[in-house]
Amino acid sequence: MVKITINNVSFSYGSSVILNDLNIVVEDSEILGLVGPNGSGKTTLIKCIDRILKPNGSIFLDGRDLSSMSRGEIAREIGYVPQSGSGAMGTTVFETILMGRRPHISWRVSERDLDIVSDVIELLHLEDLAMREFGQLSGGQRQKVLIARALAQEPSVLLLDEPTSNLDMKHQLEVMEIIREMVQKKNISAVMAVHDLNLAARFVDKLAILKNGRIWAAGEASSLLTAEIIREVYGVEAVVMQLERPFVIPIRSLNGGVACD
Amino acid sequence: MSTASEVTSLKEEYTRFVGRKLLFMAAVSLCIIIVAGVSATLGSANLSVWEVYSAILARAFPGHFQTTWFAETIVWGLRLHRILMGIVVGAGLGIAGAVMQGILKNPLASPFTLGISSAASFGAALAIILGAGFAGGEYLIIGNTFVFTLLATFAVYGLAKYKGVTPETMILAGIAIMYFFSAMTSFLQYVGRAEQVQEVVFWMMGSLGRSSWEKVYASTIMILICLPYIILKSWDINAIGAGDETAASLGVNVERTRVISMTFASLITASVICFTGTIGFIGLVAPHMTRMIIGGDHRFLIPGSALMGALILLAADTLARTILAPVILPVGIMTSFLGVPFFVYLFLKRRKEFW
Ligand SMILES: Nc1ncnc2c1ncn2[C@@H]1O[C@H](COP(=O)(O)OP(=O)(O)OP(=O)(O)O)[C@@H](O)[C@H]1O
Ligand SMILES: [Mg+2]
Repeated sequence: MVKITINNVSFSYGSSVILNDLNIVVEDSEILGLVGPNGSGKTTLIKCIDRILKPNGSIFLDGRDLSSMSRGEIAREIGYVPQSGSGAMGTTVFETILMGRRPHISWRVSERDLDIVSDVIELLHLEDLAMREFGQLSGGQRQKVLIARALAQEPSVLLLDEPTSNLDMKHQLEVMEIIREMVQKKNISAVMAVHDLNLAARFVDKLAILKNGRIWAAGEASSLLTAEIIREVYGVEAVVMQLERPFVIPIRSLNGGVACD
Repeated sequence: MSTASEVTSLKEEYTRFVGRKLLFMAAVSLCIIIVAGVSATLGSANLSVWEVYSAILARAFPGHFQTTWFAETIVWGLRLHRILMGIVVGAGLGIAGAVMQGILKNPLASPFTLGISSAASFGAALAIILGAGFAGGEYLIIGNTFVFTLLATFAVYGLAKYKGVTPETMILAGIAIMYFFSAMTSFLQYVGRAEQVQEVVFWMMGSLGRSSWEKVYASTIMILICLPYIILKSWDINAIGAGDETAASLGVNVERTRVISMTFASLITASVICFTGTIGFIGLVAPHMTRMIIGGDHRFLIPGSALMGALILLAADTLARTILAPVILPVGIMTSFLGVPFFVYLFLKRRKEFW
């Protein structure tokens, strides 16, 4: 089943075109990875899907046009983990994650809400941080809390903007495994911006390479991650080892610096 | 590997956390009752504690308590409404402050941030010096203050709207409005007569001296009208604290919530300061103190700030009435004397974590 259909989506900030006529679909239980150089439009696309930004063209969720849905309806379907997030003044980790229940609760917090939050805290091993103030956490700890908030939202689509950029090796794998598992177990879909091509190759089902606001290529990671494509998209010379999946080893930058000869 | 017992313990911990917030509010409420009880017995008329309480209870249980006409006049006619006015005004300023800080995501915001206090002062000055205004007679100053306070709010909204109603645009617009009205007030003071200027200055210090039962009712009704929306939107204000985009992704209509909350906070401010003059400090500091003690969840922070504001203002006014008796100081002076040490203490003692 198709979960998200992105149809001729374009977006501009003022006169500068950021996204230029994108078309892509994300299936149920599928993780779409967005890769591409800085400023290529990954974050912008994710915000368009969540309708934080309002693009031209249409995006369908389960066949419903997102522009016809209210903010509340969208919030019950789509969870968003921003690239970086600040906490409100004086809120604990538990309260921050509880905020993910906002689309579902009227005013009173039910037992079920507390159960869901507690379970998510367990899942991401945040027990020791639960009563700490969010603002006092390290960058990586914050990132895990923001992921936890989106999971507590129980969305059918997860939008993750570089969810592992601040995490150490172990936590990167842990978080990716949890997302992978959630996507399969709960039959949801995810769209994830990633910079680490090796992590992408390992965990995403489909890869879209963005460059200058266009989808430069989309498909299986194993066919897209070649030395040639990496040179063209990133301007980086890399060795790609094709084992059971591609492993990218960057060698040098091709434009500028001493490496440019 | 989630064990049932660990899940229960997390839940229990949160429930205890909420319990402590409620406990704090109960404690502050108790303090308010005690201070009010003491405050009623203090004053320049020589009434004993027994005479005061007989006068109060005589109205509640006629026939069971004996009182004199003198005691009744002093207690009901002078002291009680002033005490209640202190509570209502303090609560109003506390609520408005908590809301403003929440929707503007700015710990330095207060009911007066968006140029409100200078607009109010201008309204009062206009009434005092030129005798011009939107209502007649005794209500000239009150009406003017109220109208100009709301005018400032709409002006801020109108200016901010062009670039999107974000905290930054609103605060910048508020600063512009503030300077505009300050300049106008200065101009009025320049052309006014000495005793008029003195009256304006006195008005700007804030005082509960002009309180009456009608004013207590009027302020209370306004607060009760505005409060339900604000309480209902506590979750949304929490979400806005985590950032506009996050709030939007959690289903909050950020701009609408911000504008309506701001309007209600301004209405509350207008409906208390039009009777008292600008009483600073409480709206800024009551939410801070409350946040330091019970954290930033607005479901508790807003009522907590109301109670805290009420307590500070009531205590300050009680001191202001008695410390240099029979001279009664403007309460605006006392709030700072009383509140600053408390604030600094909390600030220095502030723990790394809450509780
Ligand atoms: N608020 C804004 N106003 C104007 N231009 C913007 C704004 N936000 C982003 N842009 C521009 O849009 C382009 C795409 O930005 P976007 O954040 O989507 O990139 P990205 O692919 O997420 O990059 P990164 O890998 O660095 O996170 C950039 O050129 C950026 O400068
Ligand atoms: Mg980005």
